[in-house]
Amino acid sequence: MSEADCVTCGDSVALPDDVEIGEIVDCGSCGTELEVVGVDPAELAKAPELAEDWGE
Amino acid sequence: MEVGLLYSRIRPDEKLLLTALREHGHEVHKVDVREVTFGLDAPPEPLGDCDVVLDRCLATSRSRYASRFVDHYDLPVVNSPETAKLCSDKVETTLALSAAGVPTPETTVAFTTEAALDAIEAFGYPCVLKPVVGSWGRLMAKLDSRSAAEAVLEHKATLGHYEHSVFYVQQFVEKPGRDLRVLTLDGEPVAAMSRSSDHWLTNAAAGAETTAFDLDPEAEQLAREASQAVGGGLLGVDLMELDGPDGDAYTVHEVNHTVEFKALDAAVDVDVAAAVVDWLETKVASMDDGSDPTPAEVQP
Repeated sequence: MSEADCVTCGDSVALPDDVEIGEIVDCGSCGTELEVVGVDPAELAKAPELAEDWGE
Repeated sequence: MEVGLLYSRIRPDEKLLLTALREHGHEVHKVDVREVTFGLDAPPEPLGDCDVVLDRCLATSRSRYASRFVDHYDLPVVNSPETAKLCSDKVETTLALSAAGVPTPETTVAFTTEAALDAIEAFGYPCVLKPVVGSWGRLMAKLDSRSAAEAVLEHKATLGHYEHSVFYVQQFVEKPGRDLRVLTLDGEPVAAMSRSSDHWLTNAAAGAETTAFDLDPEAEQLAREASQAVGGGLLGVDLMELDGPDGDAYTVHEVNHTVEFKALDAAVDVDVAAAVVDWLETKVASMDDGSDPTPAEVQP
């Protein structure tokens, strides 16, 4: 399991072993929705806001 | 196979697909559509080397154009841009279902608030006002009174985007506290679940309780016909059960072309992602030997 820093609060966020670039994780400390933008090394960015045409 | 996967967000559904594809020994090329461009002559790398491209874009607009470009490059794409076009717009879906004789809720479209109010009054209350593009139950309005209708119409007219001035008015279907989701692969039902909620919206994304559901032959046949009406592929067909003394037992209210199946996968015994990959393998093999098993092309 890897870790990366939350871009909002700086706390450490645990990432699953099979983490994928493009996956979304929540910061357990501040609740920010984060996008995984790198896996080696792990890196997070603030996830895009919900857009009107998102969905299935 | 080499499989291209178009995405802008890896949802649990894409993760299930990626895992299943890799476990089946396929090489997956993830392409973030936010980072590439689509020109007229050649696909963005590495799509050109792919045997098939899966459109799993989260944004409907990106899905429609990206799948259109992939098709333009003569690369097999699931789902087809024609299917994406029909499924991503509720007006198109309704017309396609109606043209195919698939039972679907009574619907009227209007282009002004005045005409929309006339349509709403003709349906009576309650009725439903839906955005023509949208998902997860967002911006859906159950209208219980004329005053509520007037307020919602005014809000929609001032939202700005022209799509909100295409007023899609639909009968309110009294369903038994649930609707049904069927995942189909070129029309063949793979798994189904019910989505139950005390709320009139029963989307899994809105928190509905999901349970495996055994389809009867009529529901299976409707799922097939709904799939064929939009051109087949990997689809989520949504049905509501009707309780009328005569007539149809079901009505099809939606067909989803970038179907989310995490909740379905958890509710049923079927490994949905593995079934999708099995189907994809067969589909690509059939294309290779010239016996494409896809259903008849639709005329959007």
